[in-house]
Amino acid sequence: MVKAVKTPAAQIVTGNRLRDGAVIYLAGDSQWSTDIAQGAVAHDAAEANRLMAVANQAAVDRVVVNPYLIEVAVAGDSIQPVGTRERIRAFGPSIATPPSDRLPA
Amino acid sequence: MYSYDKYDQALVDQRVEQFRDQVRRRIAGELTEEEFRPLRLRNGLYLQLHAYMLRVAIPYGTLSSCQLRGLAHIARRYDKGFGHFTTRTNIQFHWIKLEDIADAMAELAKVEMHGIQTSGNSVRNVTADHFAGVAPDEIEDPRIWSEIIRQWSTLHPEFSFLPRKFKIAVSGSPNDRAALRIHDLALRMHRNAAGEVGFEVMVGGGLGRSPFIAKTIREFLPKRHLLSYLEAVLRVYNQAGRRDNLWKARIKILVHELGAAKFAELVEAEWNQIKGGAVEVPDAEIERIAAQFVPPAYDPDAPTFTHEFDALRLNDLGFGRWLKTNVARHKQPGYSIVTLSLKPEGGTPGDMTAEQMDAVADLADRYSFGEIRVTHVQNLVLPHVRRADLPVVWRALAKLGLATPNIGLATDIIACPGLDFCSLANARSIPVAQRITERFNDLARVHDIGELKIKISGCINACGHHHVGHIGILGVDKNGEEFYQVTLGGSEETNASLGTILGPALPASRIVDAVETLVETYLALRRDGERFLDAYRRLGTAPFKERIYAAA
Repeated sequence: MVKAVKTPAAQIVTGNRLRDGAVIYLAGDSQWSTDIAQGAVAHDAAEANRLMAVANQAAVDRVVVNPYLIEVAVAGDSIQPVGTRERIRAFGPSIATPPSDRLPA
Repeated sequence: MYSYDKYDQALVDQRVEQFRDQVRRRIAGELTEEEFRPLRLRNGLYLQLHAYMLRVAIPYGTLSSCQLRGLAHIARRYDKGFGHFTTRTNIQFHWIKLEDIADAMAELAKVEMHGIQTSGNSVRNVTADHFAGVAPDEIEDPRIWSEIIRQWSTLHPEFSFLPRKFKIAVSGSPNDRAALRIHDLALRMHRNAAGEVGFEVMVGGGLGRSPFIAKTIREFLPKRHLLSYLEAVLRVYNQAGRRDNLWKARIKILVHELGAAKFAELVEAEWNQIKGGAVEVPDAEIERIAAQFVPPAYDPDAPTFTHEFDALRLNDLGFGRWLKTNVARHKQPGYSIVTLSLKPEGGTPGDMTAEQMDAVADLADRYSFGEIRVTHVQNLVLPHVRRADLPVVWRALAKLGLATPNIGLATDIIACPGLDFCSLANARSIPVAQRITERFNDLARVHDIGELKIKISGCINACGHHHVGHIGILGVDKNGEEFYQVTLGGSEETNASLGTILGPALPASRIVDAVETLVETYLALRRDGERFLDAYRRLGTAPFKERIYAAA
């Protein structure tokens, strides 16, 4: 089992997809993914700035709306948002929404 | 019920095509998000946490069965098969796609519905007593004047860029079921000494960061002058309301800072300039609209009791409980008003599936002259059910999960979408409501507790009306953790009051226990027949506070 190593300084870029509003993350190959695990992680300010520059261009190119950086904890292949709001964006809603979408435990 | 004329329909159809083109231009890159955002908001389209959200106006909470089927279709075709009724008696679809929105709006327009002015700094959807036209205590039907206000305020060029949003409520009864005193402007019909019917005009109510109870600025306004007087109020607000600070832009701040007497004076001065002018509604138009709200063809011989009804009432505890809480007296002998509970145990307050909507539309056609109402407590109403049909309607609603006998009781909770959906929220509301309904899942206990209004908001904007809950719960964020602040003693009814904060916010893990402790404290201290609110008003916060924080 991989031991969780919390890296509070780690950041990824998220936003909502223009066409349908879905939550998306800037991925490692400068593509966008609905899966947070594919997110490109910045460990310092310079990398975060570079990711935001890519994201801002994607906003101009009508892929994403209002991109921004969020803090994440990285443990092995897993990327978890640090705050409740971003956790709910990534995995929520936390309640059953018919037919049935549920936040994993 | 009101049906669109050719002007109403043309306006809505044109708006759909305008918005279709705006969406096309956004997707094609001809509009930036900054340019597009105010356009989509004017049509009720928000971008929330997980998706776009479409808010559809339900004027004065009145729906035809055809419209409810239309909403079911939108839920099924364009969303995830459900919708969420709000405290503004609107419906929200949480999972709409931008590329589908124009088609969805075109389908809504076919059933005379739209999202116009469900957002933005304009006059929002007008709300009214959900028992309008059927309540025994009613003086006159408020829907006629609500419809006149709807037409006057829709795309009103002078009031399309107000300092902030503006919410109006109308009641025709002495007993307030429309939460009048928490509105920017509220109208209550009553008779003056000469026996004429007019409006008491209240302004400056509202919740949010700075909650206020509305103040009366005119005791009696003759009906024929309604629009000129409203125009005067809006004009004073439009000119003097603050635009420099979002948190001070609502009319409640202006009325509070000027004082109600001074505000009234400014309104009267403006009104005297325009009274009797072009904005007053001609009698013929009032009659045209009133004719659409005539009572349905009631059976004058509808029995008040039948053998089956009597037997069920005496022998079935569930039916008896439902009669007590979900069925209200109707002005027409032999008929009842039935409230459908959208608050099942463990459910999301105000949510309804497309299948439930279709089934309720069928029930409305069969048993309620095709009419449905939405309440600000996030429930629905079948307004005209023959008493003899109550057993069959009860059984049908029970099968649909819409007959929980809890209207006005502890589990009839208002909850905003909260942090599960809303981009403004600080904490979740719905799971708290669900956990409270699970804790209070013993109906005998809930009926013993009696009237208790619990209202939950996920942020200070107070869409869940927490300030006026007997028990109000406000979600706050403390260093990324969800906490909940409790208020006691609020009420949105005739003697409206704002709740008092009980003490420091509680962690999510303690909030349901705290509600139970408050209820147990009340049960230990109540006098015979004393409601929670009355006990609180007699006792104050001290005994409740002691019990909650002693345990900390």
